[in-house]
Amino acid sequence: MKRKIRLQRGTPNNLKLEEFEVEVETGMVVLDAIHRIQATDAPDLAIRWNCKAGKCGSCSAEINGEPGLTCMTRLSDYPEGETLTVQPMKTFPLIKDLVTDVSWNYEVNKRIQPYQHTETDGDPIMFQKEVDRVQEFRKCIECFLCQDVCHVLRSHDMKPEFAGPRFMIRNAGLEMHPLDQGDRLDNIRSEHGIGLCNITKCCTFVCPEHIGITDNAIIPMKERVVDEYYDPLKWIWNRIIGKSN
Amino acid sequence: MGIRQGVDVLTDKVKTEKFDVVIVGAGGAGLRAAIAAADYGSKVALVTKSLLGKAHTVMAEGGVAAALGNVDKRDNWKVHFRDTIRGSKNLANWEMAKIHAEKAPERVRELERWGAVFDRTEEGKINQRNFGGHRYPRLAHVGDRTGLEIIRALQDHTVHKENIEVFMEYTVTTLLKSGKTVSGVLAYNRSSGELKVFEAGAVVLATGGIGKAYRVTSNSWEYTGDGHALAHLAGADLIDMEFVQFHPTGMVWPPSVKGTLVTEGVRGEGGILVNSEGKRFMFDYIPEVFAAETAKSEEEAESWLRGEEGAMRPPELLTRDVVARAIMTEVKEGRGSPHGGAFLDIASRREADYIKRKLPSMYHQFKELATLDITKERMEVGPTTHYMMGGIKVEANTASSTVPGLYAAGEAAAGMHGANRLGGNSLSDLLVFGKIAGQSASNFAQTNTHVSPHGEEINKSIEDALEPFKQGTENPYQMHEKLQEIMETYAGIVRTGNDLEKGIKKLENLKKKLPHLHAKGDRNYNPGWHLCLDLKNMIITSLALAKAALERTESRGAHTRLDYPEYDKELGKINMIIRPSPEGMSVIRAPLTKMPSDLKDYVLQEAV
Repeated sequence: MKRKIRLQRGTPNNLKLEEFEVEVETGMVVLDAIHRIQATDAPDLAIRWNCKAGKCGSCSAEINGEPGLTCMTRLSDYPEGETLTVQPMKTFPLIKDLVTDVSWNYEVNKRIQPYQHTETDGDPIMFQKEVDRVQEFRKCIECFLCQDVCHVLRSHDMKPEFAGPRFMIRNAGLEMHPLDQGDRLDNIRSEHGIGLCNITKCCTFVCPEHIGITDNAIIPMKERVVDEYYDPLKWIWNRIIGKSN
Repeated sequence: MGIRQGVDVLTDKVKTEKFDVVIVGAGGAGLRAAIAAADYGSKVALVTKSLLGKAHTVMAEGGVAAALGNVDKRDNWKVHFRDTIRGSKNLANWEMAKIHAEKAPERVRELERWGAVFDRTEEGKINQRNFGGHRYPRLAHVGDRTGLEIIRALQDHTVHKENIEVFMEYTVTTLLKSGKTVSGVLAYNRSSGELKVFEAGAVVLATGGIGKAYRVTSNSWEYTGDGHALAHLAGADLIDMEFVQFHPTGMVWPPSVKGTLVTEGVRGEGGILVNSEGKRFMFDYIPEVFAAETAKSEEEAESWLRGEEGAMRPPELLTRDVVARAIMTEVKEGRGSPHGGAFLDIASRREADYIKRKLPSMYHQFKELATLDITKERMEVGPTTHYMMGGIKVEANTASSTVPGLYAAGEAAAGMHGANRLGGNSLSDLLVFGKIAGQSASNFAQTNTHVSPHGEEINKSIEDALEPFKQGTENPYQMHEKLQEIMETYAGIVRTGNDLEKGIKKLENLKKKLPHLHAKGDRNYNPGWHLCLDLKNMIITSLALAKAALERTESRGAHTRLDYPEYDKELGKINMIIRPSPEGMSVIRAPLTKMPSDLKDYVLQEAV
């Protein structure tokens, strides 16, 4: 069976949608089709990928406008006669074809306060129920689809002010770590701009790891920030004892 | 990381930057080496083909082997050492196996101090699971995504080190030397095609394996034998190249995911292998050497699963070479599953919630890629190319290769696993020897005078890297397919002398076509060009593999010769070394070093 696929090709000043026809087999994913196009029609077609098993988060793109991993999106999820359109993530600067420059995310990660371990005598003791939530956040494969879909970043391009959902869960994973000593709330509030998130939950919706980004990380952290900095009784008390925010 | 167009090819126009230590590859071994080198005061460049945190380590599922003794107090480094040597069919470098077993617990605990969060025991310690060939529950794990946890912990630790600079999406094409000593690398930026010289006092190769020479593989595109080929071309010895691990359980259906890994953790959690007649066949394949510690009956295996003391482990947890051959035999004799594999059943063994908690990514992988619910149905699995035991020959205490200034760690290095690697030993290997390599490279760089690479050598390397843009006719994608076909047909899971000879001839012919490869388009993020350069590495490494395999006229561990189906006592005392020679490469037999008698005693002890 053959299928029509439209791919965004080119560099920022020279963009076009190019249509290809690919032979498809049972079970094929979008990335398979793109590889086939590379091997037969477009050897210089750029796509970033690694594991092809949904574990590395390299092959993120927008398939018919919806952000997803091309290695985990099956062609059979779309009606047979329909032409599929694959475009690069919109939130990041384009390099070529389906590849974007995601290096900003790595810069944000550097600004996150590192884990600060509590030294203990003997092996550190943490119970499973204490780390379940932290482990949920640590499932993140850094596909940056949540960053791509977040309107604070996508529509308002507030990259300097807002770290994005990926780094909210990274912060939450540290903040909720039973043995981390870091005090991160000020950082989360000011430098990472948690207040800019208005909980539309688009990030949670696209997460291929099904991490409860909004409910389990962002909302609880917003609450912690509010408790720490915007609690009126605490504010008055801090004024009395002479501590300022 | 802006978009930069190609630069002039003259040497004086190629950017050069100086570092003490250049590390090629940013998987677990590369990251750990970078941290070690930086901790020892070196200025480090970490050069990686991919984005940070995407390297193949991310795909490791089951766990990291370390004798912490958290689940079974009887475990200690000696038992781990014994299991490793036995699993290696006595070919492992005993010094490496000893250092590895001794140091692994320290390396795992260190990760925890850096923020890794492993699954916990009821007492709140790091939990450990059973795995093939390990006498006791030994694999520290995080569900079935242990590799992700390890790479992320290392990555987040690395980014805060002032003296490590990470070069993402740079591919190294040549190791540069000054006289006999390694003095840097030439690399290209994958995005822009721009070339760059990294001068270095020492280089660590942590480039992984060669899985992409085979069609059915669990490996990503990066696994193109870069380190093996770079080291060989720089004059270094390779060792144990005939040993490629075929993991017994890869997906077999649908075709597009054939080879994708199904973690051994499924069997570690109680999963069983069944043939088309419904028989649990692994009981028929228990080798003599493991008979004493393997269950004799399903009843005994069941009591082991319930954790009863004294019961021996189920035969599904025999070493990977044994299980892979058993599945192949079942298929060959007509008892395979509909798509040419065996059935792996966890659904009837564990509750759905337990499966989803302990094997979450397997659950999703099958649900999304094969429309199959592993909590309700059996999986279909078959062998897939998974790991290269062979690699750059290194000295155990320093991870130094036979070329001064060149170090190797992780899958690119060899000696640790001999003829067969135990599951879980790769993650511990890369932590233990990554650290050693980084430390030694740092030491070498700081104690030796650096001589810059020669301009002519750099010019020649640049010319080679840009060769595919000249007139050529060979399509790299087609050549890659051809290579995979050759390797699978002539140097696959079962081999014969005849086939290997034919395969070597075909590989040599393919090698002759390398100068005719053609890359369409420009240097801006061009996968066709990248593949042209990767192919050279893949073909050189494949040749080394096939030549060593031809020389080993016996069956041992992962190397199965139909024309020599038994162990050969004499060959059990030697490693095959691939050494550069005027004809290309020669195979040299190197006797194993003598294992001290106290260590030998550990190996011989039954079920310690």
